[in-house]
Amino acid sequence: MSNNAYVRDFPILNQMMNGKPIVYLDNGATTQKPDSVVRAICGYYGGCNANPHRGAYELSIKATSVYESARDKVAKFIGADNSCEIIFTKNATESLNLVAYSYGFNNISAGDEIVLTILEHHSNLVPWQQIAKAKGAVLKYIYLNEDGNLNYEDIDNKITEKTKIVAVVHVSNVFGLINDVKKVADKAHSVGAVLVVDGSQSAGHRPIDVKALGADFFAFSGHKMLAPMGIGVLYGRKTLLEDMPPFLTGGDMIEYVEEQTTTFAELPNKFEAGTQNVGGAAGLSAAIDYIESVGFDESERIEKELIAYALPKLRELPYIELYGCDSKFNNKTGIITFNVKDVHPHDVATILDAEGVAIRAGHHCAQPLHRYLGVNATCRASFYLYNSIDDVDRLIEGLRKVRKVMHLDA
Amino acid sequence: MLDDIYTELIAEHSRTPEHRHHLENPTFTERGHNPSCGDEITLELRVADDKIVDASFTGVGCAISQASTDMMIDLLKGKSIEEAQRLANLFLSMIKGEVDDETELEDLEDAAALKNIANMPARVKCATLAWHTLRNTLN
Repeated sequence: MSNNAYVRDFPILNQMMNGKPIVYLDNGATTQKPDSVVRAICGYYGGCNANPHRGAYELSIKATSVYESARDKVAKFIGADNSCEIIFTKNATESLNLVAYSYGFNNISAGDEIVLTILEHHSNLVPWQQIAKAKGAVLKYIYLNEDGNLNYEDIDNKITEKTKIVAVVHVSNVFGLINDVKKVADKAHSVGAVLVVDGSQSAGHRPIDVKALGADFFAFSGHKMLAPMGIGVLYGRKTLLEDMPPFLTGGDMIEYVEEQTTTFAELPNKFEAGTQNVGGAAGLSAAIDYIESVGFDESERIEKELIAYALPKLRELPYIELYGCDSKFNNKTGIITFNVKDVHPHDVATILDAEGVAIRAGHHCAQPLHRYLGVNATCRASFYLYNSIDDVDRLIEGLRKVRKVMHLDA
Repeated sequence: MLDDIYTELIAEHSRTPEHRHHLENPTFTERGHNPSCGDEITLELRVADDKIVDASFTGVGCAISQASTDMMIDLLKGKSIEEAQRLANLFLSMIKGEVDDETELEDLEDAAALKNIANMPARVKCATLAWHTLRNTLN
């Protein structure tokens, strides 16, 4: 697989970065978009654009059909029973804020507990902190085993009769480890709590079945799974969504508006105020088509092959420290987080950039996790279905130069 | 490009920063932070008669932020507050690419070595962290 055939569908990767062919290993932050997705967005704006749900003319009906068929596709993609359980948002962050402010704000009282894991991205942490503060609720964290997996005993300790909400990341954006969400769901449901799942790093990487996971809410961003930026999804169980007040209010989410009062539209429109990102939905729909045409068996095989090739090579370098790489590959997506001894991650990223290799350096929007690990920052290389063995070789080659550039080794 | 940035001088300042320690009885203590990358420094200054008599820093960060801080403190010691403000403005103008006259930049001493950061947008915040923190302290 030194030449991954899928890369041909991603023309952006056919360019130079600092004079070298680009190796894009920052897929955890955002993925590139295949030609078919770019064409779908252009096709929408070039041929179907009108304001959906409003116009009584053919073009508006076309736009509505693009938007609503994308919703149907997403519902199928994640195993939702009903398309009205799919709310389009701008990203996972907005989806999680919707849950926090609409469900959380109205179902949490002083003394109640919200349980998170220490793995959470800020997007599934800061909103809950805000709700806990506003309501006088208690925020608790589930911690980890040595290998970076959730400590399942701690789940039992932290989730109690007082717990109203449990929020858990499906795949950690720092470790790439896949959490046993079902186990957390069972415990949460046994005390009557709802389970909120951040699927930003799992959607598009592994098949999603919200019912099998036991997710009451499931949030993800389009742009981390080949779709454009600015389109995201919130799945919510219908009975929960029906009882929740709107998050944003305004046009298109109403039934009757009087001078002093308003009644709200049915699901899903109740949660989609104002003109939505229909072009983004068209792109997301094409992204799902692309992912399904490759197939999860194949994309998972590629990610695992890259990890299995990269990890021993990295372990050969005595100055590389790995995080969350001790457990078996079948529990891990294509994310490798590491440090080069005595070199700050930001300097590593600059040196790799000069070699044409794009990685992420910093705290990856997971400051509490980094504090828990006792490190200030880390480097992260994250693979997706278009990456190849050659890309890994280029990463390793770049890493071999880092300490020399920093005048640490001869 | 890399050799222009990661010079021996910058490696030296970042690896063994002379001024990374606490001061006794600092007049000013100011924290600076880059939330996007996690770099953070605490700058300590002892000021007497409008003069910076001593300065130091603590914190963590990349080679560029650490070296920049260390070189800034080298420069500050013994300077008047007014002169320190002028130098901070000169450094920030250099990083913005507004000043590149070698003679003018001589006033920055070692810190002038960071001139090429002007061509590296991703690292501007690293180089300027200490200097922004200094400006906040003195203003």
